[in-house]
Amino acid sequence: MSSATTPPDSDPTGRRQVHSMLKLYYGMNEEGKVESLDPCDINGPHFDPEVYLNKLRKECSLGELMDHESCTVKQIRSLDSDMQTLVYENYNKFISATDTIRKMKNDFKKMEDEMDCLSANMAAITEFSAHISGTLQDQHAQITKLSGVHTLLRKLQFLFELPARLNKCLELQAYAQAVSAHRRARCVLQQYSHMPSFRGIQDDCHVIMEQLAQQLRQKFRDGGSSAKDLSECVELLLQLDEPAEELCDKFLSHAQSRLEADLQGLEAELIDSLVTDTGGGLVQKTNPGSNPVSPSSSSTTNPFLSPTAGTDILEFIDRGCNEFVSNLCLVIASYQELFINHPQEGELASKKIPEMANGKLHVFVDTLAARYFSLVERRIQEEKGVGDNSLLVRALDRFHRRLQAISKLLPGSAVPSQGTEIVVRAARERIKQYLSALQTFYHDSLTDVRQALAAPRLSVGGASASGGGATSKDATPSLPELLTSLSNFILNQLKSVLASVHLFTAKDITFSNKPYFKGEFCSQGVREGLVVSFIKFICQSSRQYCESAGDRGGSTPPALLLLLSRLCLDYETSTISYILTLTDEQFLVQHHTPVTPVTALCAEAREAAQKLLNHYVKVQGLIISQMLRKSVETRDWVNTIEPRNVRAVMKRVVEDTTSIDVQVGLLYEEGVRKAHSSDSSKRTFSVYSSSRQQIRYAPSYTPSAPMDTSLLSNIHKLFSERIDIFSPVEFNKVSVLTGIIKISLKTFLECVRLRTFGRYGLQQIQVDCHYLQMYLWRFVSDENLVHFLLDEIVGSAAHRCLDPSPMEQSVIEVICERG
Amino acid sequence: MKMDDDAPVIYGLEFQARALTAQTAETDAIRFLVGTQSLKFDNQIHIIDFDDENNMINKSVLLHDAGEIWHISGSPADKAVLTTCYSKTSENRVLTCAAVWRMPPEWESGSHESPDDSSNNPQTLELLCHLDNTAHGSVACVLWEPLGDGKRVISLAENHVLLWDLQESSTKATISSTATLEGKGQLKFTAGKWSPHHNSTQLVTANDTAIRGWDLRSMSQIYCIENAHGQLVRDLDFNPNKQYYLASCGDDCKVKFWDVRHINEPVKCLEEHSHWVWSVRYNHSHDQLLLTGSSDSRVILSNMVSISSEPFGHLVDDDDLSDNEENQQEDKGKEPLQDSIIATYEEHEDSVYAVEWSAADPWLFASLSYDGRLVINRVPRALKYRILL
Repeated sequence: MSSATTPPDSDPTGRRQVHSMLKLYYGMNEEGKVESLDPCDINGPHFDPEVYLNKLRKECSLGELMDHESCTVKQIRSLDSDMQTLVYENYNKFISATDTIRKMKNDFKKMEDEMDCLSANMAAITEFSAHISGTLQDQHAQITKLSGVHTLLRKLQFLFELPARLNKCLELQAYAQAVSAHRRARCVLQQYSHMPSFRGIQDDCHVIMEQLAQQLRQKFRDGGSSAKDLSECVELLLQLDEPAEELCDKFLSHAQSRLEADLQGLEAELIDSLVTDTGGGLVQKTNPGSNPVSPSSSSTTNPFLSPTAGTDILEFIDRGCNEFVSNLCLVIASYQELFINHPQEGELASKKIPEMANGKLHVFVDTLAARYFSLVERRIQEEKGVGDNSLLVRALDRFHRRLQAISKLLPGSAVPSQGTEIVVRAARERIKQYLSALQTFYHDSLTDVRQALAAPRLSVGGASASGGGATSKDATPSLPELLTSLSNFILNQLKSVLASVHLFTAKDITFSNKPYFKGEFCSQGVREGLVVSFIKFICQSSRQYCESAGDRGGSTPPALLLLLSRLCLDYETSTISYILTLTDEQFLVQHHTPVTPVTALCAEAREAAQKLLNHYVKVQGLIISQMLRKSVETRDWVNTIEPRNVRAVMKRVVEDTTSIDVQVGLLYEEGVRKAHSSDSSKRTFSVYSSSRQQIRYAPSYTPSAPMDTSLLSNIHKLFSERIDIFSPVEFNKVSVLTGIIKISLKTFLECVRLRTFGRYGLQQIQVDCHYLQMYLWRFVSDENLVHFLLDEIVGSAAHRCLDPSPMEQSVIEVICERG
Repeated sequence: MKMDDDAPVIYGLEFQARALTAQTAETDAIRFLVGTQSLKFDNQIHIIDFDDENNMINKSVLLHDAGEIWHISGSPADKAVLTTCYSKTSENRVLTCAAVWRMPPEWESGSHESPDDSSNNPQTLELLCHLDNTAHGSVACVLWEPLGDGKRVISLAENHVLLWDLQESSTKATISSTATLEGKGQLKFTAGKWSPHHNSTQLVTANDTAIRGWDLRSMSQIYCIENAHGQLVRDLDFNPNKQYYLASCGDDCKVKFWDVRHINEPVKCLEEHSHWVWSVRYNHSHDQLLLTGSSDSRVILSNMVSISSEPFGHLVDDDDLSDNEENQQEDKGKEPLQDSIIATYEEHEDSVYAVEWSAADPWLFASLSYDGRLVINRVPRALKYRILL
């Protein structure tokens, strides 16, 4: 039937299309989107057999049509068999389902009956249960009530007995029991206080507890009791709602009064030592005056203390440590025991007592320590004597060591670090004191040297008046000795100071391993602050001698200048590096911070030495210049008599130069001089005067050639080097002497040029110059220099001469040798 | 304009010489007067004209037969008039006298026509008058009234200050007032300077190591710097622009600058020479430039900016006001200059006793050494432009 109609639809489809056909049937059409509208598509929904057939007929040949037809028939057949199989399968399944449903219907009916039976039973049970509880209810209520009454009665009994019990506890001093009992009852009493009877009990309890608290407080205040008692006491008081802050304060104030007493003792000692220190010999005089002001203290204590006036710093610190610091430690320990370390229970813990108490303790310790420190610092500041450093160091060590106890007790406290700072400050101060002591020492030794120099100088004056070359020998041998002794003094002093300062870094000293003492103290403190500063000071003060000594020739004796110059030079060559090496070795200086290098110091010392030596040359040159100038300026050179002698001033010049030569020779090496012939004193001079000199100013006598002189002298100058008169000298005797002679002769020249000479005036100058020539050449590095300057002098004198007729050379020589 | 500095111009005199002055009244030509020192020959005054453009020297010589010249000074009003201090030997006594002279009118024309002849036939100075001083001893120097009309001079003789009035065209000199320095020992003025400030009423003198200021109206001492130098004070000069400042030099090789209101300490001290400093001169226009001559044969030109009247470069004057804004910007950029040595001139081979700035050209100066060598130098151009611009 229907199968007959459908086959035309499904007939031409292939087996593969079965699935899609079913989908189509079950309304899953929307999924087959690619459904073509082509009427020729045999599987499409819009299949039109007519169109399809027409199309086939039109397009295909007969053979193809035949093939197509057989193919289609084959497909239709397979589709039919598929269809049949499907129908059979579905039929069987439907039959078995119907059987199952019938069976289930029977089972459900049986279950329904059983459920009915169950619900009837449950109803019966509920009924019974209600019945039983109804009968038991009355008795249960009674029992509950009775037990409530019983507890209440027990509580009441406790309450009524409480005052008596408390009293008993009080008598037995069982404070802990009393407090715990009271604590238990307190809330109840508080709650029912509106009832008269309870009120009575509460009041009684209050009174007793008040009494108890009083006793506890008393006990606490006495403080004599053992630490354990005390702690118990504090705990009880805390439990009694005694405010913890108040307790702390009380405890601390109590402790403070004791510690204050210690501090006052220290202060009194300090003042006493002050009085005795500053008073010294004046104690006797000042005492009566100060009596009326503070009659009790000064009049009574002073006489007693004056014998033991020298309570040294060690004793002072000892006392401070033994009394104040140890007491302080005790206080801290017990306080911590009481308020901080004690385990707190319950509500007390929540009050944060340890924090509060700790804060208070810190403030307390800090204030007291600050006072103690100020006292210690005052005492340290009084330590001005630099003689024995070990006492101070030991005192500081003890001071520092004892403070460590506090740091152990009170880990967060600033006190130990402040103590270290005090030690550091004291050390710094000490270095400064040593520096100034060294400076004073240096000045004092210089004064000594000055006196030593001045003393023989007087005898020189006397001796030279009586006349004699022995003068210089008497006066000067002490120079090298003075130099070595001065230099040794300074070095020894410096060494002893270093040794003293070294105590600060000794291994057994607790603070020596602090970073300051390991690093800064050694490098910045000792090396820079002490040693380098001192060396710089020496150079500085030496330079000051050059400046302040003034232009007048100066208050500084020239010998001192020479000596200092040599000292500075010695420092430059060896002493500075020696001292610094010594320091570095002793103090194991690790240069974290830049330090002054040895070379810089040496350069400074050398500069100072150079300056001093230059100044020495200048001063000595000026002294001789002054003599020469006076001798030229004061004489009437036009109307002078024929020279018979070398003028005395020239002898004096040679004498002074000789003594300077000796003086310088004592401290400085000979130096290099240009080679000269063995008998330069005579030969060169004769050459100088007979040949060169003659040529030089012979032409000036002939009026025809007025230009020759200047021409010749200019030619001469062209070939000679320029002479710097006040020029730096080298560190040797020859150079120094050359400098002095240059200055003197140049002065001589300039003075001569300002004068006018008569015939004999010129001749006197000739004689004088010859004399100088005879003696001065040996002192200088280059004798040509002396020749040149003397040439210039004689030449200038000849120029300035109204009647230039020079003296015969032989006569000059005779006069000079005679003089 | 070439930037490198011109070489110094050197002129040699036949005689030794100490006296040098610029012709003060001459403001057009660069002209210096040199007085010679010779005991045997007639002394001369050399008139040195410097031709800046050609870098050449024209000289004229005038005879000064009165004696060797120790000091020379030109009148500020009349360029033909000058004074000399000369030494005269009579009866075996040497006395230094002073006189006022006039140059003969022909010297100038003569020299220009035939410069070679002038030295052969030198003309003689015309004596106007003697500053008769026999009563007072040797004259150290004669000072004209600065910026004056050429009628007043001061002579320093031994320990006397003599103020002269020149009358009848300078042919007659009368002493109008005197002052005498009293004290123990033989006091003797070595140098002096008439201050251009305070209406020319002040004089400063040096004797030994002391510097003294004088009020010429009352002829009394107004201040005294004892021990101004360690040794003899050789020369003095006033700062032309700062009325209380003066410079001094002496045998301690130092040049010191003083504020005469605070005489305890010098304002500044230079120690550059290696022997006595004989002469110190402020530049007339730019007082930071200072010239010193010394017997170490050197001339040193220093730039003392810090104590000059123009410590921060040049002053803004009227010409600059028009372009003021530019200048202000420039000024801000300028660092205050440092005191420094500008140059050391080593052309001399003997002691230099005198240095002088030209009166006509502020950038030019002359120095004279004992051997008769006159050297004319200029301020280095770089510095000149730095000061000017």
